[in-house]
Parts: sequence; structure tokens; C-alpha cells
Amino acid sequence: MPTCPIHRNPITAAESPAVGIAIEGLSKNFGPLQALKNVSFAVEPGEIFVLMGPSGSGKSVLLKHIVGLEAASAGRVLIDGHDAATEGTLEKVRIALVFQAGALFNSISVYDNLALYPREHQLGTEAEIKEKVMRALQILSLENAAQKFPSELSGGMKKRVAIARALVMEPQLMLYDEPTSELDPVMSATISEIIATLKDEYHVTTIVVSHDRELALGIADRIGILMGGELVFLGPPSEVATSKDPRIADFFHPKIDLKKPRFKSLET
Amino acid sequence: MKQLNTILLGFGGAVQLLLQSCKYLGTLPRQRARFIEQCYLIGYTTLPIVAILSFFMGSVLALQSGYSMQNFGAKQFIGSLVGLSFARELGPVIVAILVAGRVGSAITAELASMKVYQEVDALVTMNIPPARMLVMPRLAAIVVMMPILAIIGDLVGWFGGALVSKYVDAIAIDPEAYFSALRRYMKFKDVATGLVKAEIFGFVVVLICCSIGLNTRGGPREIGASVTRAVVASLISILVLDYFVTKALM
Repeated sequence: MPTCPIHRNPITAAESPAVGIAIEGLSKNFGPLQALKNVSFAVEPGEIFVLMGPSGSGKSVLLKHIVGLEAASAGRVLIDGHDAATEGTLEKVRIALVFQAGALFNSISVYDNLALYPREHQLGTEAEIKEKVMRALQILSLENAAQKFPSELSGGMKKRVAIARALVMEPQLMLYDEPTSELDPVMSATISEIIATLKDEYHVTTIVVSHDRELALGIADRIGILMGGELVFLGPPSEVATSKDPRIADFFHPKIDLKKPRFKSLET
Repeated sequence: MKQLNTILLGFGGAVQLLLQSCKYLGTLPRQRARFIEQCYLIGYTTLPIVAILSFFMGSVLALQSGYSMQNFGAKQFIGSLVGLSFARELGPVIVAILVAGRVGSAITAELASMKVYQEVDALVTMNIPPARMLVMPRLAAIVVMMPILAIIGDLVGWFGGALVSKYVDAIAIDPEAYFSALRRYMKFKDVATGLVKAEIFGFVVVLICCSIGLNTRGGPREIGASVTRAVVASLISILVLDYFVTKALM
């Protein structure tokens, strides 16, 4: 299922709408559980940053802080200099989050899902909105799904519709939460290609939360690895693949050991 | 103590949601499609059940009061009794209870599932306030539809009472006499009081149901729990408010 080329001139870095992000000493507690422990890093404008880590390491929680869906226990997230927790940041910076399960509006069609943002923000006439929506659908090869409802779509199509919906927002910052989870290898590769292509064509800052090694090594400019709420690695893909840190080596190249299975030593 | 805390938090959340929604009242003209859809769902689809229930409530009221009143020769006042009971009390309460059970539960289920399946989070990230898109059109629709439902409930209830009064042999009152008694003792204030009560009950029910729906956390089981909580909270609120509003309007 190849994606069609994007019909627009690539944006140069000089005219890029991309924004930089600074995460400063971010901590988050859920009762006695510390989900994030003093996490700090920065993402440059136009960069693809892939945040990895085992399940429950705090990746999605961190993503929710960036988009203002969670309030930090300590520290802050700055997007283009604006505090993400402050009301009004989403008005100043266009941030699109592609949710793990898509979070499509189930009671309206794919077309209306995409048209919702421009309609609600009155970004043009209905004809202009239609053109914008159809272009986004075309980019992701979804023209035939326009009148379908989310319940009629496959998992891969839902992900692509979610990306198309984000694209209609013309975001300055694209966030992806597990974009390739529950997809077959070919569809995972397709989604990875879409993410990289959109970044190249639109020059948006991109943060991807994923477990997917192929995606991370294939498209990331830099990778961060969270373990137990702590950032244990930050660097380019070439470094992570050759890391001598046993935790990172085990995460990237886990060996199946039937004589000494991991699940027997897991904490409950 | 924990339950009191939960109730106070819920009350605070509902008030906050109301204030947020009021801020977006000016967007109603461009949300007219959503507003009309909610009027249809709240008003038109609830109408048949309001009519059926009001008809039988009026019939039973006439039947019960007819047998009692004829014992001391006062059956000519059945019309005024049914009329006043419906206009001041039964009409608004029955319609509000139906709205809580039928419309309120549907609102909570819809908003709770949107919350659980992250559709509400998606709206927030798209800088579309849920209070503007999901709550305000529903509050506006209930303000318009509730008096209409209450009036229709009153009329059908009176009609049900008139039918029973005519065709039950033990009562046997002519509709003309029934409605004449109804008109003689009924003032405009009685009907207006009922409409004000219906308006307040309906508004509070929708606000409670929206607030509980949007504060749902967890999975599918919590959606069901939220619906139950919303309906119970609505019913209690209707009856508690009924006392205070009645006293205030006396």
C-alpha cells in the first residue's frame, strides 16, 4: 500500500513552522508511584525524536505532559518557550497528537473527523476545507475511506486516518503515541515511512513514542530511552545500537532464554 | 467523609463546567446543527414516552381521587385536582425523571465513552474545548425543549384524567364539567411555576450527566458505573430541588 507523493513544495528550514521543545526536570507522581523522575532533554526544531522504553516506563505520560493533558508534579515542558501546562499554549502552538488507538470520533465519518479542526476554528469556507481534507486523505491514500465510519476501518487505516487528521491541523509539532503498535511489519514500515516523509515535506518537529526498533533506527535523528521513569539514554541511533549498557542492550537485543525466563524474576 | 468529599468535588466540577459552557454561549449560532440535533434527541424522541406516562398518570390520578372524592360529594372538583397537581407538581417532576432516565443516561454514556476512548483528549489537543462542543449545545437544547415537554405532559395528563372521569361509571363526569373545574381553579401562575420547575430540573439533570460523563476514568465498566451514578444523582437532585424550588415559588 504505497503512499502517494505529497503535492507541495518542500518547506525549507528557514520558513519552517517547526518548534523546539525543552523538558526541564520533569517528575510525575501518581500516588506512591513515580512515573517520571527528573527527566530533562531538548528536541530541536524539525528533528525526529523517538522516545523508547519498556511498557510502563512513563513514555506516554511524558507525551501527555507535552500536550498539556497531564500536570507535572515538578519541572516543566517548554514548547517554543511557552509552558505546556499554561492555558493558551495550544492556541499559540499547533500541536497534533496521534493517539495509540487513533482516538477517532466514532460517531462521525472519516471526512468529518478530518474536517472537524478547520470547521471548529473557522479556517476557511467549506470548499476550502474540503480541498484541505481531500489533500490529506490523498497523501495517506485514504480517498476511498472518506465516507466510512471509524468502526468500518482496519487497524492500519485507523492509524493513517489519525495521521491525516493531525496533518489537516498543519501542526508545528507532531506527536505519535505507539504509531506502529498492533500492526503487521509491512504496515509498520509504511507508517514509519509516512512519519519520515511528513517530517521532510512539512519540516515539523516530531516526537514518536514507540517500542518499534526498526522505526527508531530507521527514521530517528535521536533516540531517548526511558526506564522506570528515568532517561537512561539520549543519542543518535548509531550509538544506541552499539551501547554497552546492559539494560539498553537487553532492551534492543533481548534474547529468549527458556532456561532462565525473565517473567519468573519480574516484580509483582 | 470520603463520600461527602466526592459529592462536593462533583458539585464543584459541575459548577465549573457550567461556567466554562456559559463562556461559549456566543458560539451557538455557528453550532446550530449540533443544537438542532440535541433538540431532536432531547425533545422529539422523548415526546412519545412523556405522552404515554403523563396520560396514564393523569388517568390514575383521576381514578384514585374520583373514588375518594365521590364519597363526600366533591367529585366535580376532580378536574381542578388533576389540573393543579399536574401543572404544579406531577408534570415537571415526571418529565424531569424521564429526561434523567432517557436523555441523561444517554448523554453520560456518550460522553463517558468519548472520554474513555480518548476522543475528549483528542478534542483538547485540537484546542476544541469539550465544554463548547459537547456541553453548551446540550444545555441550550434542554432550556428550549424542557418547557415544551412539560406543557405537552400537562395537556396529555389533563386529557387522560378527563377520559377516565367520563368513562368510569363510578365517576362519570362530563369533560365540559371537568375542564370547567380545571379552568376555574387554575391560574396562570400555577402553570408558570411548573414550567420554571421543569426548566430548572432539566438543566440540572443535563449538567450533572455531562459533568459525570466527562469525568469518567478507566474502562468500559466505568462507563456503566458513570451512567448509574449520573441517573441516581439526577433523581436525587430533582426531588431535593423540588422541595426548595416549590418553597421559593410559593
